Amino acid sequence: MQADVFTKRRKSALLLFGLLAALTLGSAVLTRYDVARGLTSFFRAFIWGVTSFYPDGKSMRRLPEILTKLWDTMLISVASTMVAAILSLFLALAGSRTTRVHAFFTVLARGIGSFFRNMPLVAWAMVLMLAFSQSSLTGFLALFFGSLGFLTRAFMETFDEVGEEVVDALKATGAARPHITSQAVLPSSMPQMVSWLLFMIETNIRDATLVGLLTGTGIGFLFDVYYKSFNYHAASLVVIVTVIAVIAMEGISNSVRRVIL
Amino acid sequence: MDFEGPLASRPNPVARNTPGPDKRAKRVTWITLAVLTAITIYSLATISSEGVNVLQATADSVRNFGTIFFQPHAHRLTVWDAFAEIVMTLGLAILTTIFGAIVALVLGLLGAQNLAPKGLTNLVKGFVAFIRAVPTILWVLIFAVAAGLGSTAAVIGLSFHTVGYLTKAYAESFEDLDRGVIEALKATGASWWQIVFQAVIPSSATYLLSWTFLRFEINFANAVAMGAAAGAAGIGFDLFMASGFYFDLREVGLITYFILATAVVLEIAATRLKTRLKEK
Repeated sequence: MQADVFTKRRKSALLLFGLLAALTLGSAVLTRYDVARGLTSFFRAFIWGVTSFYPDGKSMRRLPEILTKLWDTMLISVASTMVAAILSLFLALAGSRTTRVHAFFTVLARGIGSFFRNMPLVAWAMVLMLAFSQSSLTGFLALFFGSLGFLTRAFMETFDEVGEEVVDALKATGAARPHITSQAVLPSSMPQMVSWLLFMIETNIRDATLVGLLTGTGIGFLFDVYYKSFNYHAASLVVIVTVIAVIAMEGISNSVRRVIL
Repeated sequence: MDFEGPLASRPNPVARNTPGPDKRAKRVTWITLAVLTAITIYSLATISSEGVNVLQATADSVRNFGTIFFQPHAHRLTVWDAFAEIVMTLGLAILTTIFGAIVALVLGLLGAQNLAPKGLTNLVKGFVAFIRAVPTILWVLIFAVAAGLGSTAAVIGLSFHTVGYLTKAYAESFEDLDRGVIEALKATGASWWQIVFQAVIPSSATYLLSWTFLRFEINFANAVAMGAAAGAAGIGFDLFMASGFYFDLREVGLITYFILATAVVLEIAATRLKTRLKEK
């Protein structure tokens, strides 16, 4: 009996292993990924990083410029998150099981959320750039659309977690829907929603680099300029400054979460 | 996109136990919101349109997106080409997820507080926090200096970021395991490896699987982005060329629909997988 369990377990483990190996091999062949070259380049990149990817004295003079761009990027990350949050709030209220007027709105809100979440950020950035060119608005709008999809889903799930029992109980006491929403659902979801906002801001700071690279704005653009002119010392400074900003933001978020959740 | 998904939603086990009045939590919630709102207002007030006519640009963008979504058309790229590029992008996502997961499994074990000494877990956690803080695209470009722009750099860079993400997720899943179970096994004389393979991994397997699949979804989105920004193979590069080089919005439409459809299928698969794992 016991032997059976072990054989079965071993069999399924082998099956999983085989499947994964086949998938890896298939993907490697398909993408023409050269495992040996990958490994050697990894170590070469490491050596290169240590020997030439560090800020030197000359690059430190660019620090003010880099910090200005970083500040802009952080402002835009916050603003795009907050503006998206307002719209997401309404979408989530319309769609959540606990606050919806009709089940149809759930399908609608989910659909809208899914659309914006799954649209590639690259497409937003590239197409917006055609009209808004290299202005900060391009970055703001691209991040806004991405945040909209993510926050809608996050808020909707937060409202759902409040639980239908609570809402049903309040309904039984004769409370009206707007009152239930404003007195029960929103207050109890508030900490979780703030936590999602902070998380979205962290994500947006990182994504801003990608958007900036593609559209020629913010800190991503600065990295691109240094990188393409082989000014690796200055480029490394951009990376270091970004890392510090992201880790600081993460630290602040975590300490806020520790208090509110 | 580089989001960490439910990583952020995991309630901190330490936080739950911190004694403190509910009032303080409320105050901090409101202060946070107020600060963020103030930053937003300041940011919106000072955002510079840099000579762009905002109304005109908005109208143009709406028209551009109209073309993309209502008149998609295969032009330079046939529908089959687009499909092949999607498969290629999925290949990149699979490869980087598996590579990342293997390394993260080892690092996750070394980073879990109930399995490794404190000094080591701090080292591992600090290391992966650093990896995660650098945006994926920057990793790819850094590796591209040694490997050249293209798929090899993209695979290394994406795998690297995956390691940072999954190590944290795995380590936290392992830490959820009751300390008592490990103590009991230790008392029976089980070795570290036996504890890991007979108790820790089997009991957290469902979490590991759903985290890994979530990362696979993210890696698909990332692979698209790396195609556009770092010249990796796949549909992202076509998207970049169609919009940034040929200005062919109708083709952008076709590519966008392909990416969107794939991402939605992955999302539905992930949701199904999650509910099935929960039932178990």
